[in-house]
Amino acid sequence: MDFRGRLAFTTDSYVVSPIFFPGGDIGKLAVCGTVNDLSMAGAKPLYLSLSFIIEEGLPLSELSQIVDSIQKTAEGAGVEIVTGDTKVVNRGSADKLFINTAGVGVIPKGVDISGNNARPGDKVILSGTIGDHGIAVLSKREGLSFSTKLESDCAPLNGLVEDMLKASSNIHCLRDPTRGGLATTLNEFAEQSKVGIRIEEDRIPIREEVLGACEMLGLDPVYIANEGKLIAIVAAEDAEKILEAMQANRYGKDASIIGEVTAENPGRVVMKTCLGASRIVDMLVGDPLPRIC
Amino acid sequence: MCLAIPALIKSIDGKEADAEIGGVTRRISLWLTPEAKVGDYVLIHTGYAINVLDKEEAEETLKLFEEIAAFDEVEG
Amino acid sequence: MKYISEFRCSELAEGLIHQIHRKSKTPVRFMEFCGGHTVTIFKYGIRQVLPKAIEMVSGPGCPVCVTANADLDKAIALAQIPDVIITTFGDMLKVPGSRSSLQKAKADGADVRMVYSTMDALEIAEDNPTKSVVFLGIGFETTAPTIAVSVLQAEDKGIKNYYVLSMHKLCPPIIRAILDSGEVKLDGLICPGHVSAIIGSHPWEFISQDYNIPCVVSGFEPLDILQCVDMLVTQIENSESKVEIAYKRGVRPEGNQQALKLMDEVFELCPAQWRGIGEVAATGLKLRKQYQRFDAEVAFEIEPGPACEPKGCICGEVLRGVKTPLDCQLFRKVCTPQSPVGPCMVSSEGSCSAHYLYGGDFGGQNSARSRQRGKASPRAYKTKLC
Repeated sequence: MDFRGRLAFTTDSYVVSPIFFPGGDIGKLAVCGTVNDLSMAGAKPLYLSLSFIIEEGLPLSELSQIVDSIQKTAEGAGVEIVTGDTKVVNRGSADKLFINTAGVGVIPKGVDISGNNARPGDKVILSGTIGDHGIAVLSKREGLSFSTKLESDCAPLNGLVEDMLKASSNIHCLRDPTRGGLATTLNEFAEQSKVGIRIEEDRIPIREEVLGACEMLGLDPVYIANEGKLIAIVAAEDAEKILEAMQANRYGKDASIIGEVTAENPGRVVMKTCLGASRIVDMLVGDPLPRIC
Repeated sequence: MCLAIPALIKSIDGKEADAEIGGVTRRISLWLTPEAKVGDYVLIHTGYAINVLDKEEAEETLKLFEEIAAFDEVEG
Repeated sequence: MKYISEFRCSELAEGLIHQIHRKSKTPVRFMEFCGGHTVTIFKYGIRQVLPKAIEMVSGPGCPVCVTANADLDKAIALAQIPDVIITTFGDMLKVPGSRSSLQKAKADGADVRMVYSTMDALEIAEDNPTKSVVFLGIGFETTAPTIAVSVLQAEDKGIKNYYVLSMHKLCPPIIRAILDSGEVKLDGLICPGHVSAIIGSHPWEFISQDYNIPCVVSGFEPLDILQCVDMLVTQIENSESKVEIAYKRGVRPEGNQQALKLMDEVFELCPAQWRGIGEVAATGLKLRKQYQRFDAEVAFEIEPGPACEPKGCICGEVLRGVKTPLDCQLFRKVCTPQSPVGPCMVSSEGSCSAHYLYGGDFGGQNSARSRQRGKASPRAYKTKLC
């Protein structure tokens, strides 16, 4: 094992409800989320720790299912879970199961990926369809029941990032648009790099089911969480090469160049609408709530 | 006001129906549109069909827009 | 998506936009009454593509924004009664009342549940027979019939623990009140499409007849709004004043008779408190005597405490179209979607929220104003390097 390079270290906690959702569960989410945090820094994820806080009364069969899912996901991602802990708390003190993770990886020499690195002229690439995870989870919530074949896109992206880095080292920024969706992550980049980002609504890949659910509930897909997608800001001259590499990977087959970085409107994200007009896409505040008006 | 979107009625069960939009299905109420049939598009607001969409009028409106666009091309 | 995507087609939009530019000569001010239209206008940047001669102003057609503090306080007080489950549309959760909000009440232990439909609220009532389930009835004529149906269904099924707090309001009479106030001069009205799906187009005729203002009933997609503006401009340039329906696929002149019948069965007129306007006679709905047992105001002793308006908030003037959010001292500096002072910033249909989220007049008349970004990102990036 070559440990030359910088160490990357991350931690996160997972409290998703319901703990089983179409396409995944809290265990799969925990492994993928941690692997992806490391990957977004350009690190090769190596080792994870995993701690359970279990609410008294959680059926053993459910816990077992989640542990199996964790093992399968970790194997698929090529990471090892090397240490862990379990605590049981009284009924009512946790919502079925909470999971905390920490993850360690190595950023190879020469890789410098950071939210500060976006430059005017760079291209913005989105790895696939948005909103799948958020809508899949929402479809199971009480009071909002609608049925859909939609599944969470929860996936480990380390393989995809490796393929991208093989195609080019000119990847300036990487991030997975989880809570707050595409809009929030783009705003973070714009703020951190002090640049403007201009995207085109027509180029954002969205599944019809996500559009349908969003229309029904009055939600905006750009704010819905994703758990298996990434946004890359890359040097314009290598954009096509990187896009091709992404589309050849199973987790990037719907990848699309959705916009570019500009010097105008620093700190802001602007979207070209179907009318050719522009609107600001702001950061999400709070949780996206379905509306009737 | 009020968000209402066109959805396709797939099946009817008494005063309720399964309506689909973009592959997402939801149980809706037909109390306000008892005349709705399977195959109709209805406007759904908070889980209730508030009107049956007039498909002919929809096509007429789109045709009008196309005529305007065609005229616009000629005008340059 | 059928009957949605076609009405967002950019090529067809271009044709309509150019037609409007060719026809428009007279400087005019059009009001979109409905909050749903406000969202479409800002989301697609419609103000930017219209000729400078057309000024657009937003009206008070956002049922959340016009809910008075006193009514919101009643809902919060109900939430605090033991064994009461409040069921509400998502729009209401974050609206600040005089001292709290439903979301804060929920954080303090009240049972407040968001639902998409009264159908879901009835299910919660059936699943919790020992609790009282109160549905917060907000919305105009589009929504009121659905609440009426829920009451009739509760009666049919013998559900004894379902109640409604009616805060429903009606559109045509409030438009009359606004026009009578003389505060805003209007040359045309974009009439609410889904309210009209229920009430038809005849109730708007008094606007063109008594006030000589052209009215067009519009749908909610960008092409619908453009078509509506085109029809209003045509009336203006021909010196006409009548009510037309642009949204023909969704609205019939006589409306939805079944919905009107059910609404009339369950509700009767009453005065209503409109934020920023005050009490207006015959603009509200309350449950008729024979359905009183479903009325939360009759069934419960509600003690909301004195209502008070937040200092400096000009939501009322924004709602009446007299001021814009950019005229508000609190806008963006103190009042943001993260910490809203007034309801116009909470509701996604509110004028202030639309200005904030979609950049208001970005690219338009007021794009020179600088934007202050105060708060940190809601999700801090976690990877640490060592």
